[in-house]
Amino acid sequence: MAIVRNSRADHVSAALRYAALAVLALVFLVPFYLLVRNALMSEPEITAPDWAWLPPSWRFSNLVDVFRDPAVPMGRALLNSVIIAVVQTLGVLVLSGMAGYGLARIPYRWSGLVFWLITATLLIPAAITFVPSFVLVSTLGWISTLRGLIIPGLFQALSTFLFRQFFLGFPKEIEEAAFLDGLSWWGTFWRVVVPNSLGFASAIGTITFIGSWNAFLWPLVIGRDAQSWTVQVALSTFLTAQSINLSSLFAAALIGILPLLAMFLLLQRWIVEGVERTGIGGE
Amino acid sequence: MFVGPFFLGLVVFIYVPILWSLYLSFFDAYNTVTPTKFVGLGNYADMLGDPSFRDSLLTFVVFAAFIVPTTFVLSLLVAVLVARTRVMQAFFRSVFFLPTACSYVVAALIWKMSIFSGVRFGLVNTVLGWFGQDPIPFLSVTHPPWYWLVIVSARLWLQVGFYMILFLAGLQRISPTLYEAAAIDGASQWQSFRYITLPQLRATSTAVLLLLLVNAFQAFDEFYNILNTFGTYPPYARPPLVYLYYVALGSGQDFGHGTAGAVILALLIAIVALVQGRITGIGRGGD
Repeated sequence: MAIVRNSRADHVSAALRYAALAVLALVFLVPFYLLVRNALMSEPEITAPDWAWLPPSWRFSNLVDVFRDPAVPMGRALLNSVIIAVVQTLGVLVLSGMAGYGLARIPYRWSGLVFWLITATLLIPAAITFVPSFVLVSTLGWISTLRGLIIPGLFQALSTFLFRQFFLGFPKEIEEAAFLDGLSWWGTFWRVVVPNSLGFASAIGTITFIGSWNAFLWPLVIGRDAQSWTVQVALSTFLTAQSINLSSLFAAALIGILPLLAMFLLLQRWIVEGVERTGIGGE
Repeated sequence: MFVGPFFLGLVVFIYVPILWSLYLSFFDAYNTVTPTKFVGLGNYADMLGDPSFRDSLLTFVVFAAFIVPTTFVLSLLVAVLVARTRVMQAFFRSVFFLPTACSYVVAALIWKMSIFSGVRFGLVNTVLGWFGQDPIPFLSVTHPPWYWLVIVSARLWLQVGFYMILFLAGLQRISPTLYEAAAIDGASQWQSFRYITLPQLRATSTAVLLLLLVNAFQAFDEFYNILNTFGTYPPYARPPLVYLYYVALGSGQDFGHGTAGAVILALLIAIVALVQGRITGIGRGGD
């Protein structure tokens, strides 16, 4: 009797759980739905007093017209964002990967001090120091240049720290075998350690790419002229401008998130691992 | 050879700006990044005495009071629901995680121009209209401060998936034998959540709370994009970074006060981060 009652209660609680999840999931999808809906409608259709669940006429041409709008240089902005995100991701992987390996394995003078100075910067998030960084970048004359947008973001203490944690757990036997084969530290790292760390590098890489693509404050501060706008800055300028065309605005936003949506569908496993690693540190 | 390039960059692009700013913060520096007149601690006194700087800290406190508990509870709830689900688990996890792909700018755009648009065609006002309610001007009134609903719900949507993943990882580390023992003892679902799940998630919860706090402190994107209309930002609801942005990079280009403000904020956040390091062990070397 007790068993029967239990299993009926289990069914009820499972049904409630699915109902709650389904409702929450629908709510979470609403913003994406609105983005796509508005991107494929004309402005009068969006502002019409009667709500339309689906675009009355599917205007895929909106997505092409965005690139013809002289008010917002979307083509150039997409190119800038791609260059910045790709270079920053590769740069962070190489610089932090090497530094993490050096910190984990290679003994040298001052290594304690160097490690301390690196981890100390973890205490202060980069966003807080945007004024000091702006001061430096403007002294170098890098305002509104790709250099100014990319280079200050290459030195991520958190990635270096995570790579160090990862390499501390890397099996030493593999490296010792490489030394016996006559490889140096340099050769061991590139020929043996790196090929065996691609999974971890993918996790850090995807997270870095997302952060770089979605970054706003730094590109806003540095991208003073329209030629150096990233997708996010172009969208923001469009959004806060005097007169805006709603359908172009939403079409531009949809184009702006498509690269990341594609990445999420293809590489979700690495992104999830990246979130777990960066969220709780090197646990 | 391995650490050198990274370390050099770190010194040039993090330590040099911080030290240069510390120096600059003791001087007058309007429209220029070279100091003009030594003012000692004057800039610091000005900043701490400036009511709008203190308002920005208060704005952060209000914002944190909304966003930290709501994100914590919702992401834990979603994680627990998803973890218990067998069928379609991957689907639900992906749906809640997907907003992480969205930038704050795009979310601000959807929230401002479509969901909470103050006119009839906004989604919320459309739904209110179905129930015979008048449209609410969400972003153009301060009494009641509806803009908090817009700002908080946008960030909530954006970050729940991220913290859900952290909670899911924490839940996976709990040994199933604990739940089996509780079931044999006749514990209800609530009891096993209260006496097993919550205590076992303690390390994750602490990390999540502090991450939420540190991230709320750096809030900029959604405030700037939702509240900035036609190129002007209202005098209220300026969190610290928005305030600093307008002091240092607004029309005045006041780098003396701007860098002093940055130093004060950096000190505040470093204290929080040190507490975090104490509690979670990050930054202590980990071995």
